[in-house]
Amino acid sequence: MHLATHLPPRLRQTLLSPEQPNAHALFTTGADQLDDLLGGGLARGALHEVYAETAPDCATAAGFTLALALRAAGDRAIVWARQDYAGIEAGGLYGPGLAALGFDPARLILVEARDVLGILRAGAEAARCPAVGAVLMEPWGEARPLDLTASRRLTLAADQSGVTVFLTRAAATPRPSAAASRWSVRPRPSRLMEADAPGWPAFALTLLRHRAGLSRQTFDVEWDGEQRAFADLAPLPGPVAAVPPGGTLVEGQGALRRAG
Amino acid sequence: MERWSKVKGRCGGPADPPLVLTEKVGNAVRLVALDRRALALGLVAGLTLADARARTPELTVDDLDPHADARLMERLADDADRWSPMVALDPPHGLMLDITGGAHLFGGEAALRGHVIQRMRCLGLSARAAVAGTPECARALARFGRAGVVPPGGERAAVAALPVAAQEAPPEATIALTRAGQKTLRQLPDRPTLPLSARFGQALSERLRRMLGQADIRIRPRRPLPAIAVERGFAEPIGRTEDIEAVVRDLTLDAIETLQGRGEGGRAFETAFFRTDGEVFRLAVETGRPSRDAAAVMRLYREKLDALADPLDPGFGFDLIRLSVMAAEPLAPAQADFEGRAPLADQVGDLVDRLTARFGRERVKALTPVDTHNPDRAQRHRPAAEASPSWPAPWLERLPDDPPGRPLQLFDPPQPIEALAEVPDGPPARFRWRRVQHAVAFAEGPERIAPEWWLTPANALTRDYFRLEDSEGRRFWVFREGLYERETEAPRWFLHGVFA
Repeated sequence: MHLATHLPPRLRQTLLSPEQPNAHALFTTGADQLDDLLGGGLARGALHEVYAETAPDCATAAGFTLALALRAAGDRAIVWARQDYAGIEAGGLYGPGLAALGFDPARLILVEARDVLGILRAGAEAARCPAVGAVLMEPWGEARPLDLTASRRLTLAADQSGVTVFLTRAAATPRPSAAASRWSVRPRPSRLMEADAPGWPAFALTLLRHRAGLSRQTFDVEWDGEQRAFADLAPLPGPVAAVPPGGTLVEGQGALRRAG
Repeated sequence: MERWSKVKGRCGGPADPPLVLTEKVGNAVRLVALDRRALALGLVAGLTLADARARTPELTVDDLDPHADARLMERLADDADRWSPMVALDPPHGLMLDITGGAHLFGGEAALRGHVIQRMRCLGLSARAAVAGTPECARALARFGRAGVVPPGGERAAVAALPVAAQEAPPEATIALTRAGQKTLRQLPDRPTLPLSARFGQALSERLRRMLGQADIRIRPRRPLPAIAVERGFAEPIGRTEDIEAVVRDLTLDAIETLQGRGEGGRAFETAFFRTDGEVFRLAVETGRPSRDAAAVMRLYREKLDALADPLDPGFGFDLIRLSVMAAEPLAPAQADFEGRAPLADQVGDLVDRLTARFGRERVKALTPVDTHNPDRAQRHRPAAEASPSWPAPWLERLPDDPPGRPLQLFDPPQPIEALAEVPDGPPARFRWRRVQHAVAFAEGPERIAPEWWLTPANALTRDYFRLEDSEGRRFWVFREGLYERETEAPRWFLHGVFA
């Protein structure tokens, strides 16, 4: 018993607390305000759902989910199960684009499934493998097989292996599930770079549900692929006023950043 | 001929009319296959159908179906795998088995020949078989002679009584030899080779030498030879799923024991299920790394069985199950970590194997960068089960602190949009995509990307790419195809990708 106190802390933890459910650490998003509100971050080894607010926002939802997965996975592999229809509707995953978000595409295992059942199978299989960092599942549309039972199974698998599972939903309305957190995402005008060039991806988030019982609230965050971290953005004042067509051009050619 | 009887459900009784199969040769319909009664009536292959009908009005006639015949031969060849892994098709309607070193498993060459003929009879086919030292000798004996088993070195005596036609030389050569008084192959080997070659070509004398067992080439098997094969035959065919699974597990353990002895691990496993009626099912699983883990291989098999659209149909049962290790690689024993878990990379590899077994190689993918500036070709999909290239090209380099210059999701092919630009060379001020109007708030560009002239047709156009953000914050990657005035009068706009 006294020996145990001389053991390295990690080993001691392993020996003294065997098989404790929900013992997974949290992962931070990197955005301080958001982390504070979430109580330190989101749960590892759990299921999180990200809904695209409208169907055309699916790329935004996928990007936000990938960013979360990157925070959760560390240096481990990421399994991404996509439905074929998502690829047709929203375009195929693009390696250089993944790299630009700070994700090494070599760590990606892409599973293309015909239907939702295939996605569930692949996702559950991957969620049971503790060597995987995160699992992304991207079905398309209202998917009947994705019911409460399915989400409970995924949560169980994630809890046992410590793999964080993300479910990206496009063209679907949020429904009750066993997810630890549920988000709704739409794009937010980005923080402009010099010469008014679009900047890093920015997201307007709505927290729909959190296991800790947090109330529904909204955040604006930006993903920095360089730091691989989110950053807080000030909320936009009211609805965004549309820039008159060609408004940036009126100021002259200098307003455009020229490349190439 | 016998396939026809089987398909039509007729069994050529003595009362039935003679049967001939015909094929259109040139402008005439000619007989190509005849049954015994037709032959007995003096009809021969090559006769036109009109002549045959004139002689024997009560003929049954049908068209020859060469494709169905070829399929039947393939099936028989699959089934013949049970006797030897080296099976080759021997056109037009023969099978060639290399039984070197394997005949004793079936009680010797004569007994094996008996097995083959018996099995063909069970399938409703009559077969002639011969065992000889060389493929050519066996073929000649089976087709032209009194078939049997030729003892080693007895090829010359065995073929001596065969007609010269048994050489299957071109007809002119056969006729010439017959006219020269060579009716059988008895004297031909004693003739000097040189004049024969000069008259009839090198191929004929080479073939003769092979028939006599003086020269030999091996057959080319239809299927790759396995590194290891283990099998179980059953006197009573089995059909229950549990039995089959138990047998496969036993076989896997056997194969893995052999692998262990060799210090190797299997990369590809194939199980063949031989059904009593001649059908053969094959299930193949692959692993990303050499493996000696019986449980993992069994798991892959179960995934594969689960994913089958039509489950293994045992019919009247399987009488032979064989497991082959198609590819093996050296594998050093690995040590698990302190808690008895395999290394992380191995666990991921196992996961990829399981996913691949269920979804197929082409659906479990990894991305490989391609060293090119053309965004269409900048990535390649490869099966995740394949090893990554040892020297990958870098993903597109970019400046530090630059926002993504490439979209997260790319459309292939690019989607046409209607765009309106204020300045001919400038970014669009608004565009319509999928019937939705987008007002562009901010833009960056152009990034001019020239086509790869060494790959694309000469008239490929330069593309000017723009990163756009619309008034709602959605970010797009669009391009204008063609430079104004220099390349095209009315350039078209495309949406190529969507940013996160």
